[in-house]
Amino acid sequence: MAALGSPVRTWRGLLRELRYLNAATGRPYRDTAAYRYLVKAFRAHRVTSEKLCRAQHELHFQAATYLCLLRSIREHVALHQEFHGKGERSVEESAGLVGLKLPQQPGGKGWEP
Amino acid sequence: MWRSCLRLRDGGRRLLNRPRGGLIASEGLWPSPPAPARAYAPPAERKRFYQNVGITQGEGGFEINLDHRKLRTPQAKLFTVPSEALAVAVATEWDSQQDTIKPYTMHLTTLCNTCLDNPTQRDQDQLIRAALKFLDTDTVCYRVEEPQTLVELQRNEWDPVIGWAERRYGVEISSSTSILGPSIPARTREVLGSHLASYNTWVLQGIEFVVTQLKSMVLTLGLIDLYLTVERAVLLSRLEEEYQIRKWGSIEWAHDYELRELRARTAAGALFVHLCSESSTVKHKRL
Repeated sequence: MAALGSPVRTWRGLLRELRYLNAATGRPYRDTAAYRYLVKAFRAHRVTSEKLCRAQHELHFQAATYLCLLRSIREHVALHQEFHGKGERSVEESAGLVGLKLPQQPGGKGWEP
Repeated sequence: MWRSCLRLRDGGRRLLNRPRGGLIASEGLWPSPPAPARAYAPPAERKRFYQNVGITQGEGGFEINLDHRKLRTPQAKLFTVPSEALAVAVATEWDSQQDTIKPYTMHLTTLCNTCLDNPTQRDQDQLIRAALKFLDTDTVCYRVEEPQTLVELQRNEWDPVIGWAERRYGVEISSSTSILGPSIPARTREVLGSHLASYNTWVLQGIEFVVTQLKSMVLTLGLIDLYLTVERAVLLSRLEEEYQIRKWGSIEWAHDYELRELRARTAAGALFVHLCSESSTVKHKRL
């Protein structure tokens, strides 16, 4: 069966992801629509008299999926920045790799505007 | 001879006068990014041009507002989603863009755009057929013959999933070690096809997306029916790769990178499927 873990863990993970997302904008994460919606959804499905609630399991599964989505996107972007984000080297740097220097022409190359 | 063939009648003036960017540059909402200084560098990313992201409810469904402008799909249709949770998730995606807009991080937005625009113009039957086509070369049905530890790992991890799928749908899915793959009986195809036909087009686009990512129909069925979590489904899909990583070590900039990307896409597809196929009503008990 799906090893989802406890709902508290998923909830805490979601809050942490929302905090990371809103850290850059400076706005408190409690103002975001995502936080309000999650609070409403978690509260609504807590109050039930059934012992084995399918809707609760569905909600927990969707919350865990969303947590996985946010977490993987954040880690993917971080890995991209670290390993693949440097872009191309400039012409000066490429020449410097093999020990050459670009010529300095103070008058311009002639065909530049 | 080459040069005489390439000579244009008006001297190429027609080509030079055409505005750069075409249709997209003329529309106000998407200012075209500046052309890169070097010819083969990737285009500079668009800056984040909005401060606030809001959600409003229109007649077609929920819409996203960037500042005061309504979000549109690449084919300039109005962006509407049927479910509020999906709208909240898409708004969060747009809100999480810092400085530059990275479209490759906005998987839910991409899925919604595909459903709204349908650029390849596929109808329900074509989507079902495309998804079922993966059954012939399903990852969990394709087994190796050696090394022995990998054979056992595949048997221990993949057989329970196949068993669950067979019990749940009452079909027969065999595994095989031959290069031609397993032979799926026609009845299996019919049963699964009719099961998929019970979903609407949006859900089918999502399902087909997840199948393409995981390269397995059985694992996708496990995800839809809440039998497998996303992390577990991705692990099962990459079983041989995980085996090799455990043996030879992991290369962070390749293995971890691909794992995160696969997890992100699969999670987006699974969430999309669940949010589009649910219809929740709240019934209050009379105390």
